[in-house]
Amino acid sequence: MQQKVFEHRLPNGMVVLGEPMPWLESVAFSILLPAGTHHEPSNRLGLAGMTLEMCQRGSGPWSSRDVVEQLDFLGVERSSSVTTFHTSLSMAAMASVLEPTLEIAATIIREPHFPEDELEEARQSALLELASIEDDPAQKCFKELKRLRFGEVYGRSSLGSQEGLEETTLDDCKKFHASHYHPDGAIISLAGNFQWDSFLKLVERLFGDWTGKPKQAHAKVVSIPGSSHLKHDSQQTHIAIAYDAVSYNHPEYYQSRGLVGILSDGMSSRLFSEVREKRGLVYSVSASSHSLDDCGSVLCYAGTTAPRAQETLDVTVQTILELEKGIEPDELKRLKSRVRTSLVMEQESSSSRSSQMAYDWAYLGRVPTRKELLSTIDALTCESLIEHYSKFRPKSWSLVTIGPEPLEFANAVS
Amino acid sequence: MQFHNQVLDNGLEIIAEVNKEAFSQSLGYFVKTGSRDESPEMAGVSHFLEHMMFKGTPNRSAVDVNRELDDLGSQSNAYTSEEQTVYYMSVLPENQSAALALLTDMMRPALRDEDFQTERQVILEEIAMYDDQPPYGAMERAMEVYFRDHPLARRVLGTRETVAALDPESMRAYHEARYAPNNLTLVATGAVDFDALVQSVEKMTKHWKPSSSARSLRSPAIESENVAMVHPPATQQYTLQYSPGPGYCDEQRYVTRILASILGDDSGSRLFWELVDTGLAESAAVFTQEFEECGLICTFLACAPEQQEENWEAIRNTLASGKQNPITEREMELAKNKICAGMILGSERPSNRLFSVGNSWTFRRKYETIQAATKHYQAVKIEDVQEEFEKLSDRKQVTVSVGPEA
Repeated sequence: MQQKVFEHRLPNGMVVLGEPMPWLESVAFSILLPAGTHHEPSNRLGLAGMTLEMCQRGSGPWSSRDVVEQLDFLGVERSSSVTTFHTSLSMAAMASVLEPTLEIAATIIREPHFPEDELEEARQSALLELASIEDDPAQKCFKELKRLRFGEVYGRSSLGSQEGLEETTLDDCKKFHASHYHPDGAIISLAGNFQWDSFLKLVERLFGDWTGKPKQAHAKVVSIPGSSHLKHDSQQTHIAIAYDAVSYNHPEYYQSRGLVGILSDGMSSRLFSEVREKRGLVYSVSASSHSLDDCGSVLCYAGTTAPRAQETLDVTVQTILELEKGIEPDELKRLKSRVRTSLVMEQESSSSRSSQMAYDWAYLGRVPTRKELLSTIDALTCESLIEHYSKFRPKSWSLVTIGPEPLEFANAVS
Repeated sequence: MQFHNQVLDNGLEIIAEVNKEAFSQSLGYFVKTGSRDESPEMAGVSHFLEHMMFKGTPNRSAVDVNRELDDLGSQSNAYTSEEQTVYYMSVLPENQSAALALLTDMMRPALRDEDFQTERQVILEEIAMYDDQPPYGAMERAMEVYFRDHPLARRVLGTRETVAALDPESMRAYHEARYAPNNLTLVATGAVDFDALVQSVEKMTKHWKPSSSARSLRSPAIESENVAMVHPPATQQYTLQYSPGPGYCDEQRYVTRILASILGDDSGSRLFWELVDTGLAESAAVFTQEFEECGLICTFLACAPEQQEENWEAIRNTLASGKQNPITEREMELAKNKICAGMILGSERPSNRLFSVGNSWTFRRKYETIQAATKHYQAVKIEDVQEEFEKLSDRKQVTVSVGPEA
């Protein structure tokens, strides 16, 4: 597991990360900008997404169409998204076209045209995307869970609201861009087949003279317990549950992640065994760790036909609470084996490595190596997991269901 | 990269693309059986069986199978389509023999009655899940209308009724006929020890008996038809159109795939610029589906119900504009670059490579390096794409639309 992670901070505050993976033919980079949904004015929900969309409709020497054609010509796979705290732009391509690809990405971020005649089109696209979630109850369930659990500011969806999108003007986008697309708090991470020195020179050329305000602090994120039901004329009831856990930047994070692994990693995990394999209640059930700044949660999902929904919820919650009774050494051994394998396989993908590095830096201010991670995981014991569980018992529960009927939830007030 | 293949005495074929430098290896049993090989009353048995294969063998309980899969740190799964069922796992090279032993043992499942009853519930949940999701059964309906009495008309998951009526006995008979060694291919990619692989599989499958598990092939007889479905909870309108295209043994498919990319890729295509970039439709796409003796060119639209008519008209006009708006050299270049770069980027993981290598061999009996595979696209001539484009609207078409109202 030889690994070298390069780190550098430009004088303007932008953080540059790089991990050479010379055995690959590809490179992939992620750029995180400190511009999230929590920066949106409360009457402009969806502005962060609209701004990102408008940035991709012409920039630098390129028109809207040129940007797409140029990236297709170079064979670049790309994606962009907005989260609570960040706007991100990711691209993957053959190593030989890194320079022209990054040049385009830099203009998207720094020199968008904001063409007036495309605002309506961008707005219509955003409204369609917002509307389409109505046909996706599982996604809608998590959108509602986030809103309920993290409140008006931190619980916002990147899709925004109909009113917010309808009110957004070109000036709003320009202002949002000017106020939040800044080097201080921005991260660029590159993984794959490249030379660090020449990459750094390229980043300095494209971003070195970028200036902007320093990063702003924001209020603490806290979870708000509660439950809600959305009536939907579907066969299945979708169940989303959340409870408190430690966040990614907490020293005991991997204890908590280990418990989530016992619940949900692999086909022998407890939720899969208890809810699906033994009882046949669902096709899909899962749990995952989630962090918003210092606020950690475990999120669970189960989907099942309405008459069996109450039993599914009860068994799921009971399975979570039964962690208290202990962890089998074999369970932990399997978990460690899965982690080890996935860390080795991470070396096969420049895309997953670059986004992981950017995420690590955003949360931890550093990039842990595989070796470090492996020794943290190896140090987990059944006792340490249980000790962690007793210290951080599931609390502050949230429940959102979408389906024909609401469910009873005893933990709603605890 | 080195390619190996060997056929065992019982007919089981083993192929591998070996890359000694890889960090991992992937193993998969590709079974040539799917919904098209079922009788109408047993619709869904291939997929149900796929689930049951994880439920234990005479040597292992269901719990043992799941635990061992996790013990090996594997990323494993399976899928069933109209034409194949595939079981695969990715592991570290040091786990080759244990992974192989488990996966091979799984190919001879116990199919216990009790597990069968529990798993039936899971399948019914899976059917309910897809019924609730867009496009709300429109794809299955389009296949039924397009293929009529052809075996490809059948639903991969079966229906609630056929799944409820299946019994373990007939599943056992189906397994015996379709999972014979001569109907299976073991595919391996990445850091594989091929000799060791062959040796252990030979030992483990010595007692497996070949069978005559043929597949009946015939061209579908297509009649143009429009179907309107109503799904009251839907908020958007979804329209899907199928017309005839090349199958996966037909060299013409490279031409059709490039044409589909130019007209209807999800970014940078003609429909993208006309309908998606402009915010008129959430999705407007053209893509292909390939089967053994035939194929489909598919057109898909998702948009607000009140805009469906106008958008669909725009799509029809675009697809019929071959003479007025011929394909340009620039479009050819962009489509080829996009397709080839996607193939190369995707090939870095042995787990992705497994499907390219496995499908190419089981469908076409051909092994190609990724470089050779991209050459087929690079070699396509603009005249051929243009010719295909001009003929596009003359084909028979089955159209299914689903939305909140009729």
